[in-house]
Amino acid sequence: MKDPASPARGRPDRVGASGLILNEPLIFERSSPGRQAYSLSSSPDGLAELSEVLPPTLCREEIPGFPEVSEVDLVRHYTRLAGWNYSVDHGFYPLGSCTMKYNPKVNEDVAAMAGFARLHPYQEEEACQGALALLWELDLALREITGMDRMVLQPTAGAQGELTGMMLIRAHLTDQGNPRRKVLLPDSAHGTNPASSTLCGYEVVEIKSDERGLMNLRALETTMDDETAALMLTNPNTLGLFEEDIKAICQIVHDRGGFVYCDGANMNALMGIARMGDMGMDVVQLNLHKTFSTPHGGGGPGAGPVGVKKILEPYLPVPVIEKRGERYHFNYDIPHSIGKVRSFYGNFGILVRAYSYICSMGRDGLKRASQMAVLNANYLCARLKGRYYLTYDRTCMHECVLSDKHQQAHGVRTSDIAKRLMDYGFHPPTIYFPLIVKGAMMIEPTETESRETLDEFIEAMLAIADEAERAPGLIQSAPHFPKTSRLDEVKAAREPVLRWQEDSPP
Amino acid sequence: MRFIPHTEADVAAMLAVIGAPDVESLFASIPASVRLGRELNLPQGFSEAETLSHLGALAKNNAHSASHSFFLGAGVYSHYIPSVVNHLASKPEFSTSYTPYQAEISQGTLQAIYEYQTLLCQLTGMDVANASLYEGASATAEACLMAMRLTGRHRVVMAKGLHPEYRQVVDTYLRHTGGETMEVGWDEDGRVEDLSGALNEETAALLVQSPNFFGVVEDLAPLVQAAHDKGALFVHVVTEGISLGLLKASGDLGADIVAGEGQSFGIPMSFGGPFLGLFATREAYVRQMPGRLVGQTVDTEGRRGYVLTAATREQHIRRAKATSNICTNEGLCALRAAVYLSALGRQGLRELAVQNALGAERAKKLIQELPGFEIPFSAPTFNEFVVKVPFPAAEVTARLRQAGILGGLDLGRWYPEFQKDPGTSHLLFCVTEENPPEAVDVLVGALRGLKSLREPAAEGSTR
Repeated sequence: MKDPASPARGRPDRVGASGLILNEPLIFERSSPGRQAYSLSSSPDGLAELSEVLPPTLCREEIPGFPEVSEVDLVRHYTRLAGWNYSVDHGFYPLGSCTMKYNPKVNEDVAAMAGFARLHPYQEEEACQGALALLWELDLALREITGMDRMVLQPTAGAQGELTGMMLIRAHLTDQGNPRRKVLLPDSAHGTNPASSTLCGYEVVEIKSDERGLMNLRALETTMDDETAALMLTNPNTLGLFEEDIKAICQIVHDRGGFVYCDGANMNALMGIARMGDMGMDVVQLNLHKTFSTPHGGGGPGAGPVGVKKILEPYLPVPVIEKRGERYHFNYDIPHSIGKVRSFYGNFGILVRAYSYICSMGRDGLKRASQMAVLNANYLCARLKGRYYLTYDRTCMHECVLSDKHQQAHGVRTSDIAKRLMDYGFHPPTIYFPLIVKGAMMIEPTETESRETLDEFIEAMLAIADEAERAPGLIQSAPHFPKTSRLDEVKAAREPVLRWQEDSPP
Repeated sequence: MRFIPHTEADVAAMLAVIGAPDVESLFASIPASVRLGRELNLPQGFSEAETLSHLGALAKNNAHSASHSFFLGAGVYSHYIPSVVNHLASKPEFSTSYTPYQAEISQGTLQAIYEYQTLLCQLTGMDVANASLYEGASATAEACLMAMRLTGRHRVVMAKGLHPEYRQVVDTYLRHTGGETMEVGWDEDGRVEDLSGALNEETAALLVQSPNFFGVVEDLAPLVQAAHDKGALFVHVVTEGISLGLLKASGDLGADIVAGEGQSFGIPMSFGGPFLGLFATREAYVRQMPGRLVGQTVDTEGRRGYVLTAATREQHIRRAKATSNICTNEGLCALRAAVYLSALGRQGLRELAVQNALGAERAKKLIQELPGFEIPFSAPTFNEFVVKVPFPAAEVTARLRQAGILGGLDLGRWYPEFQKDPGTSHLLFCVTEENPPEAVDVLVGALRGLKSLREPAAEGSTR
């Protein structure tokens, strides 16, 4: 292996590891009175005076501090900002449980079509049959992929899908006479699971995973009772392991009248291979911005559709889309509906992209995606586990969880390794999650990465493992090459500066 | 498969490293009893051209704001989106990046969101704004939950001029958190009615939308006072962000939380989403705020930079005790809003708002002059207004659509109050800068034409 560190600051000898960085102030600091990057069409003659329409007491004179820039200023400003971001289009983005796969360009072109982008949600049904048909077809495809009886496309993101799913369960149990008090979660669960359960009025009970990293059946049996509404489970779980006892798990919960909720964040391992519905799970939310390739947008927008079994259909949020003959309708008449979790019908623009992706991939493509995602994860794991500690040494699914146990002897921690990876031109993995692995590095390569890309990442990880032994300081002070060096998060939290002010120091 | 790079040689080489005989063996932990055991019942993959053609056919089967003259509003607005917004927001460095947890390689997103937070504060007159929530209705529900935490009270009072779907979402969110809602109606001028009976020592928040669902601009100052007199928080809900460029800032009027929808800020209508949940409040309430926040800090060399901060409120740290369950938000929509608002700037946003108000007023006056048509609400409006029409709603909208016009919106769908007078209907019309006076004149002409079409019916001919 090449020596990756040059004498200066450990600059990795790798093409694309650093580049041109241009400075840029805040947009407010570029402002100059009188500039504008917008052209208004002229107003007709003979309009009323503003004061005749809206009394001056209701109006403001100006917007203090608002920027005034030309179009050139604006374009350069955001183009320079864009240059400070890492993205999937830049390179490998191995965030575990985030499924940062490539986002096909054609999906953007489809979503921008005037017949989708310029469509108003209150157009009459006759005037939006194409959009309704798309929602219906997406519903059918997602049912087939998950094995559920019905989808709800309304939730805006995974966490809102969780809330929706839990509300459906609660509505059914309430109809049965007792909404119950508790929700069970494994200790490897995403933080959104307990937060969504609380928002749905449930108390959360955590179950410790067993020595395999899987759901502890005995603990589940003793914890599950008549006051437990549901078990929330991620499968494959956040260690990247398939819950092998899933049928027995569902049986235990169902025997005591509870429901099994599947957090579908990790669906990318299972398309065309196994389905939540067939496993006995009652509700699943999908994250279309993960498995179905819609771009993550620097933190959204996403979409979190929910699939349910028939027993929960009477409680779906309105409207429910229906097909009668060749016409599509929105049905608002759902007497036991939980109501609505957001306005209108969901993040339609994201649903369009996901449907476009499913069309492009087809049945073989989706299955191939899951197969190659699992192959990639196992390949990474096989090549890295000699140098990085692997707590649960089993065949993984789409992601694997390593830790900094070996590197800690040299004073190097997971957060240091993450920052050093930036110097090598990679986005770090998800770190310090799941909570049950100390110093976790959760790596999800996805199927869209080639063997060469994985090899480059592996070499970087191995080089960092060497550096940890030879020159730990290089890692502890990383990153050295991005726009900024390590940022002071403690200062940001203790002395919050959450907006620019006119008298802010530059 | 164009998105999957593996050749058969790659697969073989990788399996050899893993020590697995074939790909199938990697799935051995999935018991046969839960395997699908067949192929998915979906079509084979389309080529890119086939995908475009299939989805293009679906898109063609929709009317839209470019194919028709367009007068729909009601929480989703047809505004001109400058080219620069689409171009900058489409940059893959922004669109294909993740939530900026790794600050050093996410400074572009972080600075843009910091700018968005600042712009929203300037626009609303509030101290702090978060990095976005999902959309207006759930942002409004989050405002209620926050007010309940801050006051320790459980009742939320909503004006019925608050968007009906927002009220429904608030009801849904509050149902299992010990919250309770009550609604207050409107006066004959279209503004919220007398509140004296509605507010009391159990009220956590008063929610008033302005401009309200009828397009009417509320007089917020006395409403804020009424809420504060009972120790309740005042939540100003906004569905038409452009109005903020012209109307008095909520913060200056004493509002405690501003929640609502930012779709008007350069975000396409897209059949209702993705949109942008606006959320701003006072500095004292930051620790109870939902959603992500970007803060300024320095790096090891003292250079200015930005990070996600105040994470101890959030679900990934606080889990069951978090202020909200939100994780993925609407980051790219917030960036769109930042670009849009910067493009319009200090003068442009106000000028645009004035143009909306005056254009809508012109339309309102012209329709008011039509025989048999009434403008039921006398209070000032922004860019929407209600018309009482002497025909059933479905008849009007069908005829307008034949004339190439989409709108108005039948309010009877949500308000039985507007269905009392048989044979008439209450329609909501919206006029923005996208409706030139000629298009408004065509609308007015089409409405006038409805009368002549009705006359043969009055003489007894069958319809």
